[in-house]
Amino acid sequence: MAFELLVLAVPALPLLAVILNGLFGNRYSHRVAYWLGCGSVGVSFLFALGIFAEMLATGATREVVAYPWIFGGTLTVNLGFLIDPLTCVMLLVVTGVGFLIHVYSIGYMHGEEGFTRFFTYMNLFMVSMLLLVMGNNYLVLFIGWEGVGLCSYLLIGYYYDRVSAAKAATKAFVVNRIGDAGFLLGIFLVFVNFQTLDYTTVFARAGQLSTGMATTIALCLLVGAIGKSAQIPLYTWLPDAMEGPTPVSALIHAATMVTAGVYMVVRNHVLYDMAPLALSTVAWIGGGTALFAASIGLVQNDIKRVLAYSTVSQLGYMFLACGVGAYAAAIFHLMTHAFFKALLFLSAGSVIHALAGEQDIRHMGGLRAKLPLTHLSFLTGTLAIAGIFPLAGFWSKDEIMAHAFVHGHYALYGLAALGAFLTAFYMFRLTYLTFYGESRVEPHAAGHLHESPWIMMGPLIALATLSVIGGFPGVPPEAGWFHRFLNPVVGTTGPAEAHEGSTGLLPTLMGIATAIALSGWALAHYLYKIRPAAAHELADRTPRMYRTLLNKYYVDEFYDAGVVEPLKRLGAVWDWFDQRVIDGVVRAVGRLTETSAAFSTLFETYIIYGSINIIGYSNHLAARVLRRLQTGMVHHYAAIIVAGLFLLVHLLWVWWTGSSSVGLAAR
Amino acid sequence: MVPLAAYVVVSAVLFATGLIGVLIRRNFIIVLMAIGIMLNAANINLVAFSHYLDSMAGQVVALFVIAIAAGEAAVGLAIIIVVFRAKIATNVDEINALRW
Repeated sequence: MAFELLVLAVPALPLLAVILNGLFGNRYSHRVAYWLGCGSVGVSFLFALGIFAEMLATGATREVVAYPWIFGGTLTVNLGFLIDPLTCVMLLVVTGVGFLIHVYSIGYMHGEEGFTRFFTYMNLFMVSMLLLVMGNNYLVLFIGWEGVGLCSYLLIGYYYDRVSAAKAATKAFVVNRIGDAGFLLGIFLVFVNFQTLDYTTVFARAGQLSTGMATTIALCLLVGAIGKSAQIPLYTWLPDAMEGPTPVSALIHAATMVTAGVYMVVRNHVLYDMAPLALSTVAWIGGGTALFAASIGLVQNDIKRVLAYSTVSQLGYMFLACGVGAYAAAIFHLMTHAFFKALLFLSAGSVIHALAGEQDIRHMGGLRAKLPLTHLSFLTGTLAIAGIFPLAGFWSKDEIMAHAFVHGHYALYGLAALGAFLTAFYMFRLTYLTFYGESRVEPHAAGHLHESPWIMMGPLIALATLSVIGGFPGVPPEAGWFHRFLNPVVGTTGPAEAHEGSTGLLPTLMGIATAIALSGWALAHYLYKIRPAAAHELADRTPRMYRTLLNKYYVDEFYDAGVVEPLKRLGAVWDWFDQRVIDGVVRAVGRLTETSAAFSTLFETYIIYGSINIIGYSNHLAARVLRRLQTGMVHHYAAIIVAGLFLLVHLLWVWWTGSSSVGLAAR
Repeated sequence: MVPLAAYVVVSAVLFATGLIGVLIRRNFIIVLMAIGIMLNAANINLVAFSHYLDSMAGQVVALFVIAIAAGEAAVGLAIIIVVFRAKIATNVDEINALRW
């Protein structure tokens, strides 16, 4: 029972904070708001630790049902939570990194308008993300899936008075909708085939599926994952999402939400394992994205955009890992990536904070002396993401590449290796341009330069530590503690299998990976430290390539011209159709009614009212005559009474005697 | 022994006198007195027939008529006084508001 409460409390606490901050946030100070916001996530993290400890102790997968949500016909859906090792890892990452970023936000968002709103959205995001990773069926997953999409929209558009932010928010939402359509189709197919949406039942019965159906479902789900995790071809929203405040970029668009697609693929690996075609699609999309996004990242000048493309690229690695069957490695990279990418974003946020909102690296440089701690943490993140031994990124990325190589996916390995080289290069380029060389800081910002407050540096230090040591649970590759822990969920690739080829191959691959990372570093060192002019020369010598990269392969323009504009024109056509044809019919019907109403009015006025009035007029005329009888003179009344009396007596006489009184008088 | 017809004739003459008084006189008081004459004409009739038929019922009814005549005179006089005070009218044909 206590365990159930623990599980329920994890999403319930941030939800409580959302309700309080959302409804009453304007009645109390910012201090209360952030205590509620951070506190709830912090306690959730502690509870997640408790769940983790319980999982370590018992190792049992458990399902906790909050309440039956929908039941009717063959459909039964519970608001239920599945607690297994995969969920545990995701819980720890989401609440842990989430908590650090919440704390960081206190400092970063200090004094911003809508401070309470920010924390409300952030907590709502935490609730949705927790539902996403904890749900025990597709529908709860879908609620979380849409919830994080909504929060992403709200937070990208946090500065809603900025047109670019509003546009970026809309773009993110719409692009995600495209993915969600596929995702929903996948869920429908699952229900049609299994008559249930519960993971356990679906995965237990997955064997009944034909390969074709499994492939269809897997591909539909993949469309959703592509949208959410910003893979080719739906990645374009993520770089634009950097319009949001930096903690948002760190939490939602780097560490947690965008990994939802990876989580979903790993969660459904039973289905993917049955569909080799879908699996290789995942792998190729991942590998392609890893290289593609990395190449764009080479030349971008906005510090957050470089990191955004790097995120897209790293997510590509995770997809690649899923595609080659290295699910544990994918989750491992997801975790380490969450650490170092959050670290990089938060450090970048610290830089931006110090420079009063400057994000262009051409206006940075030489910040190492002014921001020593930020520099250190950023450098740690860079080393980690570039894959320098023995930081977190090295272990996870190397494992993915090694797995691809060992299992014979040499082309994918090539993509990943080239991507890794580019990653190392653009990350060190970013570091050099930001922290080394001459200061190109604008004068007005230079005076403002300061190291960020401790409330921001604390999370940086924690994340830097995690980025350094975060890889060790996964050592040795494919057989580490992390893999043993995840084995009950993703245990298709046994450690023994990996060991077969590991005699001399794995160390060699590690050496190659290190060499790749170091050469990327060296190139960046040469171009941006030793000969700063060389980079410009290179750009000048290959102007077309440089411009293509700078303009992100013109993909956005292509989408605009190929999809958005035609859709707008189609919209205009339908608008015309609506206004002319549909509204025309409506107006014609209206006019018909009006005309017939006019006829009815005429008929009523002259025929019906006329006949009624005739009665009235005749009464009136009769009254005019008859009222003469009423003189008001008592004498007249008395005379009439007497006349009546005589008449009555006469009639009575006739009645009784049978002869006329006139006759009597005559007699 | 005075015959019954004599009473009936007196009664008829009295009633006709009262009726004509009610119809042609304009003074309130006289109209009221004429009504009284008519009532008493009816009383004479009642008493005469009571004696003639040797039944007390007619005399009892006559007593009732006298009592009611007293009430009628009281109410009538009260109305006359009120009308006199309000409109300063003493003639019946001066109050003719009771019409359309």
